Amino acid sequence: MSAAPYVVAGWLFLMGCHGLATSRNLIHAVGCLAVCQSSTYVLLLAVGYRSGATAPVFSDIAPGSRPVVDPVVQALTLTDIVIGATVTALLLSLVVQVAKRHRTVDPDELSELRG
Amino acid sequence: MTMRLRMWVLALGGLGVAVLYVLACLNLPSFGGDRHPYGDRAVRAALARHTANTVSSVNFDQRALDTLGEESILFGSVLGTVVLLRQTRDEDRQQPEPARVAPSVRRYALFALPVTLLIGLYIVTHGQLSPGGGFQGGVVVATSLHLLYIAVDYRALERIRPLGMYEVADAAGEAAYVLVGAAALLTGWAFLGNFLPYGTFNTLSSGGTVPLLNAAIGVEVTAGVVVLLARFLDQAVEIASTDEEAEDPA
Repeated sequence: MSAAPYVVAGWLFLMGCHGLATSRNLIHAVGCLAVCQSSTYVLLLAVGYRSGATAPVFSDIAPGSRPVVDPVVQALTLTDIVIGATVTALLLSLVVQVAKRHRTVDPDELSELRG
Repeated sequence: MTMRLRMWVLALGGLGVAVLYVLACLNLPSFGGDRHPYGDRAVRAALARHTANTVSSVNFDQRALDTLGEESILFGSVLGTVVLLRQTRDEDRQQPEPARVAPSVRRYALFALPVTLLIGLYIVTHGQLSPGGGFQGGVVVATSLHLLYIAVDYRALERIRPLGMYEVADAAGEAAYVLVGAAALLTGWAFLGNFLPYGTFNTLSSGGTVPLLNAAIGVEVTAGVVVLLARFLDQAVEIASTDEEAEDPA
């Protein structure tokens, strides 16, 4: 009956957005983006949960003996985490280049173009 | 845009999203409910194909094509990082200095290295049976190599980490995944179909192509993470700007 886990996911997303909008440091902004993304993990896993169920792995339980949670959203979450990690790496390498070329990581100081 | 105006826009947008989102949540199927039609079908399909870990079955059998896309994103972002963090014309490469390590750190890290490596390989090879698989295990294997950096120093890490080999391994992992998929075509299945015999349920060789695809992903993720971290570590340890101004943090 409770919608609390869904609301937690939404709250995480909004907190991440708040951090992104007010960020004074690009590394901090990348971290905030990771927070936004982790809200999707919470949402996906909350959608797939089933009361009293266990992990969808049958190496130590007999099939059908216990209810299991939804494996499809778990696989989606795994995909999500992998993509999140790689995107974070790519963004951080962009930050390294920005810091080298512009000598700052404050997004508000990056208004001018430089060749 | 001033900070005050920005906060107003953010508050307005955030409030709108929050209200719509909560209204949407109230209409979702309730948390912990018993109706999961896709999950039930995925579990049935995984059991029919003798794969004990349903999540692996979804990733490497039922949705194997999606995982190819995911793997390609990993490959592409490693490539992007390599290009972005290359040594530019105005930068010099310095020899890393040997560093002093506290004996207890060295002892612990050298002990943890083979254990971590073994656990990583275990997680990759048992992906079809227990929680884990190529993605998770690959990250653990790559981490175990970097324990040498903590235990000894950067030069020791560079000695066991011929980067060219890992770059080739990254591509080979990606290629192996596509080739296993193409092999299914030769036997009359669809691309990435599970064409191998399913084996005995809950044994290492069960799941048909799942262990093979898991291994391919394991190789790619290990190599990808090693290359990725190497580029960042090179920036921190080896590459220095020849320009004096760059040393100035201002």
